[in-house]
Amino acid sequence: MKQASLAHIAVVVAVLAAVPLLTASNVVLNFLVVALLIALVGQGWNVLGGYGGQYSFGHAAFFGTGAYVSAILQTRYGVNAWAAFALGIAGGALVGALIGALTFRSGLKGSYFALVTLAFAEVLRILASVAPITGAGVGILITLDLRPQAFQFQSRAPFYWIILALLAVSFLIVRLIEQSRFGAWLVAVRENEEAAKAVGVNTQRVKLAAMTISAAITAAGGAFYAQYFLFVDSGIAYGPWISIEALLAPIVGGIGTTFGPLLGALVVKMLGELTKLVTGDAPGLDLVIYGGVLILIVAFAPRGIAGLIADLRLRFARARPRLRERAHG
Amino acid sequence: MAEPLLRLERVCKRFDGLLAVDNASFAVEAGRITALIGPNGAGKTTLFSIISGFLTPSEGHIFHGGAEITGMPPHLLARRGIVRTFQVAQPFAGLSVHENIAIGAHLSRRARADALAAAAEVASAVGLGDLLGRPAASLTVAGRKRLELARALAAGPELLLLDEVLAGLNPSEVAAMVPIIRALAERGITILMIEHVMQAVMRLAEHVFVLAQGRIIAEGAPQAVVDDAVVIEAYLGHGAAARLSAAGGAHV
Ligand SMILES: Nc1ncnc2c1ncn2[C@@H]1O[C@H](COP(=O)(O)OP(=O)(O)OP(=O)(O)O)[C@@H](O)[C@H]1O
Ligand SMILES: [Mg+2]
Repeated sequence: MKQASLAHIAVVVAVLAAVPLLTASNVVLNFLVVALLIALVGQGWNVLGGYGGQYSFGHAAFFGTGAYVSAILQTRYGVNAWAAFALGIAGGALVGALIGALTFRSGLKGSYFALVTLAFAEVLRILASVAPITGAGVGILITLDLRPQAFQFQSRAPFYWIILALLAVSFLIVRLIEQSRFGAWLVAVRENEEAAKAVGVNTQRVKLAAMTISAAITAAGGAFYAQYFLFVDSGIAYGPWISIEALLAPIVGGIGTTFGPLLGALVVKMLGELTKLVTGDAPGLDLVIYGGVLILIVAFAPRGIAGLIADLRLRFARARPRLRERAHG
Repeated sequence: MAEPLLRLERVCKRFDGLLAVDNASFAVEAGRITALIGPNGAGKTTLFSIISGFLTPSEGHIFHGGAEITGMPPHLLARRGIVRTFQVAQPFAGLSVHENIAIGAHLSRRARADALAAAAEVASAVGLGDLLGRPAASLTVAGRKRLELARALAAGPELLLLDEVLAGLNPSEVAAMVPIIRALAERGITILMIEHVMQAVMRLAEHVFVLAQGRIIAEGAPQAVVDDAVVIEAYLGHGAAARLSAAGGAHV
């Protein structure tokens, strides 16, 4: 897979940044904010799952921690929203490091790792649904304060640019990983952990670092969510829905690629909106759609949309000279 | 006498009921090619796994240049210069030949560009120079064996543990690999090789250890070892040595 260059990243971000200049539609912007949010959360998953081959089913643990830490610090301790946002990311990273240390040290791999991460997220969800500090069953409402200092805005456009900026940072992080020794080691762990050890890779530490970075990125998504919707409860923060979105976006878009999570998030969210239009808002239908998409992708495009595009390009490039011959002959 | 590069002291490895390595003691001298031979299931690969830290011995001690390394994890041993290859090749299947070797080269090189450049050099030294861009998964058996060797080599080993890098190769492929391995030794890399291809052992090794049923049953110069009645019996069964010498030729 060819790696995305800085120019690619700049073009993609610039095109997306122009959208609010073209439309003031709240429906469009709201759709895009949520899609980019899922792309960011999915990029977190992608670092660990796509590059490191460690498939987590529990990225809600990091998303929720980002959301809760930020919300709690603001509402209970009067911390500035921007500082709370940063601390939310740090909190998510810490939880990632802790869960990583526990799971990787006990040698959990494959489906065992996936199930245990799911269990961690579920435990956090249940704790958050009873603990007073998280608002227990009621959740936390962040007080309305529509000022930029409070990380709240009158219109959606600033939120959109902020989530885009966060996503852009995640592109750069992924690119840095791709170009570093750490990234090479991470991919080596994904491809063959024993072989990696044999040539000196401290696979535990590589996985732990990947999980921490992954958790930080996903926690940024959670903290942003709290700011955008001004509400968090245990089902939103730590619920399985976000663990599913986190893995679906990169898997659909193309795991282990810079833009896979963005592509996947856009496609999945678009499909979700389309089905809502066709069928009305039947509860649980989105999960049915996700399941269907996942099966199709795994069956027909295991490298996701990005892989599909690469294959088509290759085929096109091969076919072109033949077409030209035919035209001349 | 100077401390050998690698020394095993009464090493045992038990798998449930099976004693795969039974009180093995031996030493590998620096700067030469030593071979470890023995029938199938003798415990050779298990010994390699112990030396390289993939398995911990049930009993016994391992020393590297005099320092005890028993129980150290593989990545630290690799950083000390003890690097193994795998009997069943373990490529990074989804990566190119170039990337595979570069992972090895990264052990002592931080920058991607340096690792890739070093990997390209190693690749041409082992005859993979033309296949750099190929996916590792697409290589033939001979190609995979070379890749195993190249990746380990790129890690800059002091002691290279080669587990049957000639197995599955045809005679001309073996003939092509022999000088490559000899060249490594001439560059100062100490090699301990497990090998069934006796013709190659005879041509490469200065010293041979014979493992049978987990025990070191013989050692010495290659010719002396293959003429050893105990060794012949270990391979061919009880009474084989007598039958062979009665038949007039005693070469395995
Ligand atoms: N992880 C393991 N668990 C249980 N038994 C094992 C394990 N690894 C090896 N063995 C057993 O230990 C014995 C020695 O195996 P080993 O692979 O070391 O032999 P070897 O000398 O390398 O043989 P070959 O020449 O066939 O490669 C065999 O009987 C094997 O079945
Ligand atoms: Mg073996």
